[in-house]
Amino acid sequence: MSKEELKAYLEVNFPTCKFEDTIDFPVVIVEQGQLLSLLKSLREAPSTDFDLLFCQTAVDYKTRFEVIYHLSSTTFRHDLVVKVLLDDREHPELESIFSIWKAAELFENEIFDLFGIRFLNHPNLRRIILGDEWQGYPLRKDYTDANILIP
Amino acid sequence: MGVTEDNLNTFPGEVYRDDAGQANFFVTSIDKLANWARSNSLWPLTFGTSCCAIEMMSAASAKYDWSRFGFEVARATPRQADLIIVAGTICTKMAPVLKRLYNQMANPKYVIAMGSCTISGGPFYYYSYSVVKGVDTIIPVDVYIPGCPPRPEALLEGMMALQAKIKKSRAYVIDSPKTKQEE
Ligand code: SF4
Repeated sequence: MSKEELKAYLEVNFPTCKFEDTIDFPVVIVEQGQLLSLLKSLREAPSTDFDLLFCQTAVDYKTRFEVIYHLSSTTFRHDLVVKVLLDDREHPELESIFSIWKAAELFENEIFDLFGIRFLNHPNLRRIILGDEWQGYPLRKDYTDANILIP
Repeated sequence: MGVTEDNLNTFPGEVYRDDAGQANFFVTSIDKLANWARSNSLWPLTFGTSCCAIEMMSAASAKYDWSRFGFEVARATPRQADLIIVAGTICTKMAPVLKRLYNQMANPKYVIAMGSCTISGGPFYYYSYSVVKGVDTIIPVDVYIPGCPPRPEALLEGMMALQAKIKKSRAYVIDSPKTKQEE
């Protein structure tokens, strides 16, 4: 599907989603509650067939977090970016998508390690890059420690 | 073929001549002999953690060829290495590994800090939460080679500076009593 076709398809099937205008990947913003059903349908519907999660990451916007999923289809060669906003900055929690793409296990470990976002129903959520004894989440905008001389 | 001043080359000693002018042996000191051997067969540990390691590999390969100066036998185990070239960024998670490798090396052992990352943290000095600010906070360093990354010529220069340093050192000193080092 082309970018326009993909957008039209999503508008019909997921009318509550919002869209962002971008020059490269089409971006869709989804509510937390709808995330799993949207991703599951994108993966399983034969017309979209997003079988590859090639990136999952997070961004700290100081007032909220944004978790971002980059999807691709190896049959149709189309891409899609799905964003979900997390307003709770103190205890950010989100459903894990490990049941849909196995690749999410390590992505989510890394996001937990660096941003402190907890993924519910994740098979083994742990610190993966930093040591177990590490305090804090370094990629948060308000993180500081003695090593950082100019914050 | 006898021993002459010509084929003594860099050997630190004097040719001894008997009354007939024959040169059958030479004299030197045990320190000089040991230093000569040590400095000309430094075996580096293959240890590279990031971009500087590419320059180190280049210095080892045919174009720069550090074997010309006696470094050819890069060892993959600290037990057989004399020299550790810290080539690349050391982050806090790698620091205990580096320290253990250093402790596992047999004496005498030498350390070269290659590149600004290992000298001070380099490009990561101000902003990074994870990079060690200089490898000399973990292990003692003999030679520092600045650059980001240093060219292979600079590495060779640094290694030759280490050879010069070894040649001037005392090879045999009474060791202080050994204590078990903490990791
Ligand atoms: S000094 Fe520069 S080239 Fe060397 S490891 Fe650090 S960043 Fe890389």
